Amino acid sequence: MKKVFSHPKSLKKAVFHYCPGCGHSIIHRITCEVIDELGIQERVIGVPPPGCSVFAYYYFDVDMVESAHGRGAAVATGIKRAFPESIVFTYQGDGDLAAIGTTETLHAANRGENITAIFINNAVYGMTGGQMAPTTMLGMKTTTSPFGRDGKFEGHPIKMSEILAQVQGSCYVERCAVNSPANIKKTKKAIKKAFQNQIDGKGYSLVEILSPCPTNWKMSPVKSWQWVDDVMAKEFPLGLIKDTTGKKRAD
Amino acid sequence: MKGRIEINRELCKGCEICIFFCPKKLIALSDELNAAGYLPSAFNNDSGECTGCAICASVCPDVAIEVYRG
Amino acid sequence: MAKTLMTGNAAIGEAAIRAGCQSYFGYPITPQNELTEYMAANMSRRPGCSFVQAESEIAAINMVYGASVAGVRTMTSSSSPGISLKQEGISYLAACQLPSVIVNMSRGGPGLGSISAAQSDYFQSTRGGGHGDYRTIVLGPGSVQELADLTHHAFEMTDKYRIPVIILGDGMLGQMMEPVEFRHEAPAIPPVREDALRGATGRPSRFVRTFTSNPPDLEELNWSLFRRYQLLRKQEVMWENYMTDDARLIVTAFGIAARIAKGAIRQARDMGLKIGMFRPITLWPFPGEQLKELSYTTKYFLDFEMNMGQMIEDVKLSLDGRGDVSFHGRPGGVIPTPSEVLRIITRIYHQKGLNK
Repeated sequence: MKKVFSHPKSLKKAVFHYCPGCGHSIIHRITCEVIDELGIQERVIGVPPPGCSVFAYYYFDVDMVESAHGRGAAVATGIKRAFPESIVFTYQGDGDLAAIGTTETLHAANRGENITAIFINNAVYGMTGGQMAPTTMLGMKTTTSPFGRDGKFEGHPIKMSEILAQVQGSCYVERCAVNSPANIKKTKKAIKKAFQNQIDGKGYSLVEILSPCPTNWKMSPVKSWQWVDDVMAKEFPLGLIKDTTGKKRAD
Repeated sequence: MKGRIEINRELCKGCEICIFFCPKKLIALSDELNAAGYLPSAFNNDSGECTGCAICASVCPDVAIEVYRG
Repeated sequence: MAKTLMTGNAAIGEAAIRAGCQSYFGYPITPQNELTEYMAANMSRRPGCSFVQAESEIAAINMVYGASVAGVRTMTSSSSPGISLKQEGISYLAACQLPSVIVNMSRGGPGLGSISAAQSDYFQSTRGGGHGDYRTIVLGPGSVQELADLTHHAFEMTDKYRIPVIILGDGMLGQMMEPVEFRHEAPAIPPVREDALRGATGRPSRFVRTFTSNPPDLEELNWSLFRRYQLLRKQEVMWENYMTDDARLIVTAFGIAARIAKGAIRQARDMGLKIGMFRPITLWPFPGEQLKELSYTTKYFLDFEMNMGQMIEDVKLSLDGRGDVSFHGRPGGVIPTPSEVLRIITRIYHQKGLNK
């Protein structure tokens, strides 16, 4: 028998600190598979956020630099402008990219910075204990929306992918999920395209990934994976939102 | 196609996602805790039905599963 | 190279380019826009260089952080309120030991303040400014020539010591036009820093970070930074003694205030008053020992600043109880005249009986 599934080369052999069933480690793994398949491990510079994935550099075997909360897109801009030959990606949560980092994200996209943004949407602030996030859905109870998010008091969930698709500098925006084998496959293809776009110099690419957070959603891992389909994907529809690259997703 | 998997019980966090997705239902929670205090998944291929489809490995958040096929 | 007439803001830009600065990230704010515009004109299409007018001062400092990680000489500039926005970024630069130059052409504060020159960011600049235990090198130029020279010096210092350098100018220095000579040519190929993160080609991957879940690691970082600060205190202080040898009253002042005071002191000398000036040029590390030296021959000091009294604390700390220190300050962007300063210094001179 032949081994048909193993650990990607650019993923360090470290024990993940993430919760059981968390989407982060799946996304780390498939991103590393993409990095391996594209042969870019030596060119990649990653910018992880504060948040559950603050220790991403313990897992991704590529050069990485910590960023202040929300500023990943600006840091990535600085790196890419200083060294255009690099392949720079940001890895950001929903608070990081869509709350404190909205301005940096929007303007990096608007300038068409040739970078890849991986946007992890779990509808809460995870690391800090489950507070309301810009993507928290109406009715969802979090530690700072204990009565359930109400549009009147707390506003509505924000659709960053649709917003970023509006600016001319973004060339590719797709929303995916990692809650099933089929979705994981699609997400990997989207991530691969987002990196390929950078290699091809096409501009700003964003892959938004609906990611389960069993701990803060107060569900079992299996239930949380189902909840992504049953509830989250209804608010945040999966699929291609923008593609001006003229190239299909890598298959 | 015949297949088999190896679950690294010390990496497994007992999230049960692989159990949920295995098309042949060949994985179940073990009843022995691992060093981290989780009840890890365990593979039972007594029925010989495993095809090495690797769905379990593709959904495992902890890259705890290796898959063989032949 | 011949002398050329330039505004302070433009001189900083020209000096930076000649120092091999390859990236500039800025945002419009009075009174330093001429610097941002100079960089737009001279860097945005220069091969190998990048200019971004960022979406905010916060974004700009984080772009500096990224560019520094990638190993190039990089700079941002702003004025007081914008520098406040940059503090988190500067703390990160200090913690990650990333070379960087930050120019503050300060203006009246607090709040939105005034657009006129002031010196009220001394504390902010010399006490770290952002969160955590750290310092940045702070340079206090007093002329357009010094703006040019100290800009070059800033890039050398930040690369050598891996500490961010703040050039603490002000709105007047930035806008005034004086002859300036540039003593350096831009390098043909600016060097890339050895420890740059440019992708793990032929080496293990590396990461740059400050967050740790192990406080003793952070403690050790702090100790190692402070050992470096001690070295700086020994090796890199810069100051000017102006007519201090026989002075009975010494004015302490920096930057544009020192410039104004010099005019007053010259007039006072013409009147027979023995007044001199001690002018720190490195505001951090502060030339405290050199100031204390003067207290062995002079007892009376007058600290003159365009703020409510900030450098005076370093003056008093350095003198260590040895001097009688008076203060004259004008905050809010009010520019004192030499005759005002002359009035004050002669009054103090007489009040302390120094004319006898």
